[in-house]
Amino acid sequence: MKDRLIPLGEAIAEHVRHGDSLVMGASLEPDIPFAATHEIIRQAKRDLDIVAPISDASSDMMIGAGCVAQITGAWCGNVSGGLGHNYRRAFEHGMPRSIKVNDHSNFSLGMALMAGAHGMPYAAMRSILGSDILRSNPAFRITENPFSAEAEPIVLVPPLIPDVAILSVQRADRYGNSHHWGNCGLMQEAALAAQRVILLADEIVDAAVIASDPGRVLFPGYLVTAVCHVPAACHPSPMTGCWRRDNAFFHDYHRQSRGREDFLAWLDEWVLGVPDHAAYRAKLGQQLDDLRIMGDAPSVAANYAAE
Amino acid sequence: MPFSTQELMIVAAAREIRDEEIVFVGMRLPITAYGVARLTHAPNAVGLFECGIARYVPAEGMLYTMADPPNQLGAAWTTGLIQIMGQLQRGRVDAGFIGGAEIDRLGNINTSYIGGFADPRVKLPGSGGAADIAAMAKRLIAIMNHERHRLVEKVDYVTSPGYLDGGTSRRDAGLSGGPAAVVTDRAILRPHGPDNELYLASVHPGHSIDEIREHTGWDLKLMPDIGETPPPTTRELAALHIIDKDGFWR
Repeated sequence: MKDRLIPLGEAIAEHVRHGDSLVMGASLEPDIPFAATHEIIRQAKRDLDIVAPISDASSDMMIGAGCVAQITGAWCGNVSGGLGHNYRRAFEHGMPRSIKVNDHSNFSLGMALMAGAHGMPYAAMRSILGSDILRSNPAFRITENPFSAEAEPIVLVPPLIPDVAILSVQRADRYGNSHHWGNCGLMQEAALAAQRVILLADEIVDAAVIASDPGRVLFPGYLVTAVCHVPAACHPSPMTGCWRRDNAFFHDYHRQSRGREDFLAWLDEWVLGVPDHAAYRAKLGQQLDDLRIMGDAPSVAANYAAE
Repeated sequence: MPFSTQELMIVAAAREIRDEEIVFVGMRLPITAYGVARLTHAPNAVGLFECGIARYVPAEGMLYTMADPPNQLGAAWTTGLIQIMGQLQRGRVDAGFIGGAEIDRLGNINTSYIGGFADPRVKLPGSGGAADIAAMAKRLIAIMNHERHRLVEKVDYVTSPGYLDGGTSRRDAGLSGGPAAVVTDRAILRPHGPDNELYLASVHPGHSIDEIREHTGWDLKLMPDIGETPPPTTRELAALHIIDKDGFWR
């Protein structure tokens, strides 16, 4: 097996290019790879198309930092605070640059990534019929269901093949095999659809740990381009069994991103003025320690014995 | 027992859930309503969360989002978005709750663009799962603050389809279901007549028909059997206080 363990800075430098489409935040509210968000901003990646059902504040940060040309998603804002100030400034006032929004619903984005994941020419669905998403995003087609006896409109969704999926998991081995538990949103579809996968693991474990429970693997290591060991990469979003949500951090970000100048100060303090995620964790200090899940509610082991 | 406006809204929302139903719960107020329903009249309801969670028993502990650790612990299923939202399309979901920035006379909801999508004044966050829930749940329950600029004659952009242009237009678009109730901080509106126009169905205690009509952006008509929203019962409030331990909604 190929050793894929490299530092996050290297993974972003090598595998994220200007203009790439990136899935970030595929799991919806948890496991959002904010450590990669910061690194993308530090490396001044440009013209990105961020693909995410909802992205919480991750997309808003990258938009404010001028990294984003397009949002392909269902919801863009700050789950704790509501609206995303940078998203609004970019869309309404072209600041720091104008962005395009490719409107989706959660399910239509799921269908697009599912079609991408499985090589389907398109997915067909009933959702978003009647919605103006069909008018503001010209990517969809309405047609008649060819298998229905009566006239029945359906929506065709073209496949989405992102350049990179950046995904956070609880544990991985150095070869890119990983375990993830808790809700997984569109992580599996994103990993199967993307050209490249960058995996951020809270913990690096022996390969035998992952091999002991293949049922907890969402996608195997051979689909993974790079594995990075980044504890609390998801902060301030939660990760099942590891980290609680830092709701106050989302609220603070919401307050401090209200004005452009204040946002730039926030960006300096938390991203540009911090060399890497280890320094970010050190800066959080006790605040991060307090978010660590200390309780114990393990699942019962499954027996895979062959005889 | 005294109660807050939000507690009344939660109880009113809880009463929209029937026993054994499969319900798209959403966040904040509806998640509490689901808990109240489970503890009172709907002990066998099932709650779905679009991030990829199904639950029988409501989570214990404060939830800021539907994917916070307390909602994972003891779940019936943690899985992907398609496995959960696909149940909507499969026709299994009885009811779904959503909020919105704007709703119109025919129950269409906008959470995307104020001022039209070509040149909007305000860009709102977007659909999330709301368009899917509105399109495919058998009954939609919208939760809104009752203000004139939120309850409008016609929304600028239909994120989540209600009865579209009235008449048969929703069915013609290929959809069944539709809004069953709009629970606000002043009243409950329900669809009525051939267009499924939203009528005033129930007035919350302490509010008047005139005041509610004044805060509605269309000529709000009255349901023939219009009544007052029954205040929360002792049992409903007790259930609510079990779910809302910290008194967030008080």
